[in-house]
Amino acid sequence: MTAFLVVLVIILFGVAIWQMGKIFQLSKGKSDTTSQIANDKDNNLHGWLSLMFVLFVYALAFYSHWKWSNVFLPQSASEHGVDIDQLWLISMVLIFVVGIITQWLLFYFSFKYRGKKTQRATFYADNDKLEFIWTIIPVIVLAGLIIYGLFTWTDIMNFDEDEDTMVVELYAYQFDWRARYGGNDNVLGEANVRLIEGANTLGVDTSDPNAQDDIIVNELHLPVGKKVLFKMRSQDVLHSAYMPHFRAQMNCVPGMITQFAFTPTITTEEMRLDPEVIGKVQRINDIRRANSEKLVANGDEALEPYEFDYMLLCNKICGNNHYNMQMKIVVESEEEYNAWIKEQATLAEALKQ
Amino acid sequence: MSAHAHDHVEDHHDDHGHHHKETFVTKYIFSQDHKMISKQYLITGLFMGIIGIAMSMLFRLQLAWPDKQFGIYEILLGKWGADGIMDPSVYLALVTIHGTIMVFFVLTAGLSGTFSNLLIPLQIGARDMASGFLNMISYWLFFLSSVIMVMSLFVEAGPASAGWTIYPPLSALPQAIPGSGAGMTLWLVSMAIFIASSLLGSLNYIVTVINLRTKGMSMTRLPLTIWAFFVTAIIGVVSFPVLLSAALLLIMDRSFGTSFFLSDIYVAGEVLHNQGGSPVLFEHLFWFLGHPEVYIVLLPALGITSEIIATNSRKPIFGYRAMVASILAIAFLSTIVWGHHMFISGMNPFLGSVFTFTTLLIAIPSAVKAFNYITTLWKGNLQLNPAMLFSIGLVSTFITGGLTGIILGDSALDINVHDTYFVVAHFHLVMGISALYGLFAGVYHWFPKMFEGRMLNKNLGYIHFWVTAIGAYGVFFPMHFIGMAGLPRRYYTNTAFPYFDDLANINVVITIFAFIAGAAQLVFLYNFISSMFFGKKGPKNPWKSNTLEWTAEVKHIHGNWDGPIPHVHRWAYDYSKLNKDESDYVVPGQDFVPQTVPLQDNEEEMNH
Repeated sequence: MTAFLVVLVIILFGVAIWQMGKIFQLSKGKSDTTSQIANDKDNNLHGWLSLMFVLFVYALAFYSHWKWSNVFLPQSASEHGVDIDQLWLISMVLIFVVGIITQWLLFYFSFKYRGKKTQRATFYADNDKLEFIWTIIPVIVLAGLIIYGLFTWTDIMNFDEDEDTMVVELYAYQFDWRARYGGNDNVLGEANVRLIEGANTLGVDTSDPNAQDDIIVNELHLPVGKKVLFKMRSQDVLHSAYMPHFRAQMNCVPGMITQFAFTPTITTEEMRLDPEVIGKVQRINDIRRANSEKLVANGDEALEPYEFDYMLLCNKICGNNHYNMQMKIVVESEEEYNAWIKEQATLAEALKQ
Repeated sequence: MSAHAHDHVEDHHDDHGHHHKETFVTKYIFSQDHKMISKQYLITGLFMGIIGIAMSMLFRLQLAWPDKQFGIYEILLGKWGADGIMDPSVYLALVTIHGTIMVFFVLTAGLSGTFSNLLIPLQIGARDMASGFLNMISYWLFFLSSVIMVMSLFVEAGPASAGWTIYPPLSALPQAIPGSGAGMTLWLVSMAIFIASSLLGSLNYIVTVINLRTKGMSMTRLPLTIWAFFVTAIIGVVSFPVLLSAALLLIMDRSFGTSFFLSDIYVAGEVLHNQGGSPVLFEHLFWFLGHPEVYIVLLPALGITSEIIATNSRKPIFGYRAMVASILAIAFLSTIVWGHHMFISGMNPFLGSVFTFTTLLIAIPSAVKAFNYITTLWKGNLQLNPAMLFSIGLVSTFITGGLTGIILGDSALDINVHDTYFVVAHFHLVMGISALYGLFAGVYHWFPKMFEGRMLNKNLGYIHFWVTAIGAYGVFFPMHFIGMAGLPRRYYTNTAFPYFDDLANINVVITIFAFIAGAAQLVFLYNFISSMFFGKKGPKNPWKSNTLEWTAEVKHIHGNWDGPIPHVHRWAYDYSKLNKDESDYVVPGQDFVPQTVPLQDNEEEMNH
């Protein structure tokens, strides 16, 4: 009933405005037909506003960089990531230069040539030379970028697998991750979701001799300086294994195994000492402390202080808890890694329990 | 009732139908008149746009203050907003339907459908589309698909929520997400009908442009708007059927047990029987439409802009042939770049190299277009009408968004920003905001043509533009930063990762700008509705434009021109052209020469 009344009131209100508008219009008589077309006064005002607008855009760009460039990811923690960052920087400088110049020309011309009754536009329809120039310049610049980009891409994706490469399976499911190590033989046992049963949650083929020493964990440990080849599987829907600090990402696709390889170069401990990371962690903890005060005042629990860790996120929409599908990554020295892996139960041991 | 370009004068006078008795139904509902159909498209598109933008306001609210409760959730979302807390599943539904509605219903049908219908017959000098009946069917299929899409918002388990790209298996398995039940079925049905509508419309546009041009209207004399609509229609015909095939195969997988996209899946405690399919196949099929779709959205906006910038600069568009060539080049390249959405999908890295190459090539015709727009402004006599400001705004966002495309198109750089907010910022600027500006520019410019001489209020238009322009940059410029910080898109809240805590205040800034920009659209809505009924009537050719539509009758009649169809003697861009001795304009005292004016004695002929 209230809904009906509300609708009725809205309709009556609309009718009232309509009728008032009609009366208003009838009372005004015939007016100048060009009143809704820009005149010199409008051109002048909006010419100036165009100029101010481009300054606003510059100010926004400047302010954002000054205020927010500290949220960027810290230096790359992987070998190939350094190349990506380099290419990124070159591309960014390029697009900023082009952006600043073209935006300026666009809005400055809007200001400079704002219409006046006395002014005459120049009939200027073509200039093959000019057009050739601004076709060929992007061609050359882009050719450079394409070649540089393709070399970087090929280097990253066409890794050669040698004996030293460590093989790790990343297994994605709604809404968590598991990592499976090849164990002593560094070979992963065969697996398929059809073999999932009881404690064997990854569907590893328990009859495969290579599978016996496999180690399944929910925290990814990597020795620093050693190339890791990730083999990715998904149990249910598409997921994406995103490791932003390592400049690494690859989709996990049900029905196929995808792969990505990189060499971590900075341990978690070292990264925590990186000045950028220290600053970021400090800012985050300031925010968390302020939020905690509010929570405590409401009788809730305070937030835990934050300590930096590498992380693996899901970056392909995968369901309701997509936003909280994460795994901690620890990069450590070879010795620490060996000590850690030794403590983990092999698949054979885990299934026996 | 169709118009014939080659014969003229005598027969048409009695042939066209304004003396037919028209009932309310044939005039306003099942109309076969392109002008009415165009208005139907526009108003349906705007209605869908209101829904789409309102959804974005809701999820921006959630992203800025994830731990606060808002009563508005409960009012608008019902059980999914109980106690003022947004449910994660409805968050995903909101982003999914926002994307679907904005891309397809607003920027494809609302933009291309409106202006192709309005301008193709009027600007080429035809009495109507080649087939008025197909045109009517096309609109009503679009209407039906809109109704089904809106209906899908009300099913019990919620609307489709697997993202607007509806990648299977998520979109195929109701066990994986509730929205993939009846909601997804309705989504697919709606889109299948939408594609049929789009194909009927596109075929009609192509046939009309090829066959019904008036005498003298050669292809190289077409206004750039028509070139853009024509090429857009071709891309649509080439790529939409592929999306239909993807949708049909997905329907089969969902309902009939096939395995086109599904293999080796264990969900909700049981193994599915499906074996051998590949989600990557779906991605290929989807993006084979999905990427050209970007240009289906953008090219009409660029065509509209070309026309408006030339008219309001009182100058010919710079490099007409280069503009046509770049439209064609963009159209061709757009069909061979789809793989740049899939660099990290698990496809062969070599394919990634190929797609990087083709993708970065698109920057070349795009750069040519941007430079040509800027040169058109140079030494002009700019009439800064709201339509002109929106066109300039379009060039600005097209450049900004296009430049970040150089980063995302580079497979190596894409690895680390794929599916982050950097991508969201990029495509909203380059296709979302740019195409919306094109839509607004078109509405401000051709409103008098749609509503029998009534004009939109310019001062409200100015407010609309400046607030929107500031809001749009305010939303999407900072968004690049949270993307570069590594924040993935489609996260219901970022609080699960303390690492992202310092992005919270940027999200608040973005949301505030989004509300400001959203409020500006209310100004437009008010202006649109009130001007429709009470707008001031302007002169017959308010913008002093050369193109044919302004020679047509102000009052809508079936057949557009009361007398014979006008003939064309020149291209559309003779603005501020001087006579031979440069003492005055070609037509003394008038800085434009409509296309219907024959070549004057004191004028040099130019070959464009």
